[in-house]
Amino acid sequence: MTTSVLSTRNLTKQYGTGSARFDALKGVTIDIAEGESVAIVGKSGSGKSTLMHILALLDSPTSGDLSVDGTNAAKLKGTRLNTLRNRTFGFVFQQFFLTPNTSVLDNVMLPLKIAKVGSRDRKRRALEALEQLELADKAKSKATDLSGGQKQRVVIARALVNNPRIIFADEPTGNLDSATGAVVEDLLFRLNEEQGITLVIVTHDEELAARASRRIYLKDGLIVDGLAA
Amino acid sequence: MKAVDIIKTAIGNSFRSRLRTSLTVIAIFIGAFTLTITNGLGAGINNYIDSQVASIGAPDVMNVTKPVEATDDSTGPKPYEPSDPSEVSSGRPGGSVLALTDDDLDSIRAIDGITAVEPLVAVSPDYVEYGDAGKFQLSVSPLSAGVKIELAAGSAFTDGTDENEIVLPTTYIDTLGFSSNKDAVGKTVTIGITNALREQTTVEATVVGVQEPTLFGASPSLNEPLTTALYDAQNVGIPEDSTNQYGSATAHFDADSTDAQVAQIKRDLVDAGYAGTTVADQIGTFQSVIDGIILVLNAFAVIALLAAGFGIINTLLMSVQERTREIGLMKAMGMSGGRIFALFSTEAVFIGFLGSAIGAGVAMLVGGVISRVLANGLLKDLAGLQILTFTPAAIGTVLLLVMGIAFVAAVLPASRAARQSPIDSLRYE
Repeated sequence: MTTSVLSTRNLTKQYGTGSARFDALKGVTIDIAEGESVAIVGKSGSGKSTLMHILALLDSPTSGDLSVDGTNAAKLKGTRLNTLRNRTFGFVFQQFFLTPNTSVLDNVMLPLKIAKVGSRDRKRRALEALEQLELADKAKSKATDLSGGQKQRVVIARALVNNPRIIFADEPTGNLDSATGAVVEDLLFRLNEEQGITLVIVTHDEELAARASRRIYLKDGLIVDGLAA
Repeated sequence: MKAVDIIKTAIGNSFRSRLRTSLTVIAIFIGAFTLTITNGLGAGINNYIDSQVASIGAPDVMNVTKPVEATDDSTGPKPYEPSDPSEVSSGRPGGSVLALTDDDLDSIRAIDGITAVEPLVAVSPDYVEYGDAGKFQLSVSPLSAGVKIELAAGSAFTDGTDENEIVLPTTYIDTLGFSSNKDAVGKTVTIGITNALREQTTVEATVVGVQEPTLFGASPSLNEPLTTALYDAQNVGIPEDSTNQYGSATAHFDADSTDAQVAQIKRDLVDAGYAGTTVADQIGTFQSVIDGIILVLNAFAVIALLAAGFGIINTLLMSVQERTREIGLMKAMGMSGGRIFALFSTEAVFIGFLGSAIGAGVAMLVGGVISRVLANGLLKDLAGLQILTFTPAAIGTVLLLVMGIAFVAAVLPASRAARQSPIDSLRYE
């Protein structure tokens, strides 16, 4: 097996204290290799989103270790952390998180803008990403004026534009009908196969999970062999 | 994010909720407008006083008076002593000073640093006449002695001359029968004056210049030989000892004296029982009154700006609230807290800039119109008065002040945005 880009050792995450304490993760150890497509599957409340947030460095674990490319994530701070987030990760969210009232192009360019890419260069790259997702004609449209499927494709373009090594997709098809959902699924897995981008999908949808090369089942904050039907 | 991108994005963001931004801009506009107008008013009036009075100029002259010893009002007046000098009005309402005698002049002359002392004498000529155009009243204001004036034609008094010279205001020119301001220069006019014996005598004087009317009215100015000539003519028949009482005296000192030296002369005068005021002091009092009024007006404008500052805080807090997810997303994408802070504070500063630039711009337009209307109407007689004067420095100060207030207002909302953890922001519904 190739080297792990993401590996965790005994991750736990607690919310609240005392009687209000809630253990979202109770000791999760996983390794995700470069180029893999992994589905983290679980019902709501299983801790799957929490795990993804920790893997994506959006949240920090209560205990346990996470290393990204062999670097201990706890030691990543400030600029290095921000650079890592910007260069390594792409995000696809169920709720899209597109900035309303700004153009599709502006939305796609956002990661490049944060990365201090020059304005001509970032426009070119954003248009390329939109082209790849057959949305080049919508570049000037307002993000809010698009259909759900189009929005999710814009989100994928935004996730792609900075050539990330890992794309995190949180219920990417959750807000889409099955036809457009299938299109978005195809897109994500094609990126994984053709460009070798590691794909981490969080979902409760068994069908979507079945397309991933590996599935990690979570139940009540622990990895289980499979979900009881 | 590059600085230029932050600025562009912040400007773009401020236009995303137009209504909210415009309302905040209006609040700032009101404050900035008021501040610009009040500043302009202060600058306009002070400039005018400077041009009118600062040129009175003689920086080497000091007005010396002998103040009445302070008496306690509750104990009543002091008993009369025949040897006490009589009180004379100082010309200012409510102010009276002790008359100066020749002895006083000698003791003033003795003070270190004073080069010459002349009594300030009041002359009241009856009329002025040129050719056959008739006799006209001539009133000489006491201030006009030693005043340097803004001339419409001719020149100022010749230094050290023994000739009688007079500078006439433009208002006298037509009346006296001159064809133009230039025509009057070099002509000789006759001044009539009545002495104590009720006899009228005349003194001749040459017109050397024509002056614009000033803040202090349109009085002709006389040079020292002419003043002396008139004074002598006026005092014919008055007992010697009563002519030697003067309201005040003009003391000359070295024009190169430093402020400290001038202050020392003043202290010496006080020790000797006199009070010395330079022209700068007199203008200073006048200007500090105006500055005080402007300061109060400015304070009101700043209060308006502070209120607008809270408007900015409110606007930005709403903006931060509204864009919580966007902030989370940017953080997830690797934008640092510092940059987020910069983004929101730039937005505030931009709103501040917008409000103050529009406010100052409109104030300049309105002020220019008002100034012109007043200059041709209500303030027509005060030639050269631009009641509202806008200097680039004052406008710049207003802009910077408002942008500073906006930045301070932004600190709370912007740091709240910067502190947000990406995941809490993304979860925010």
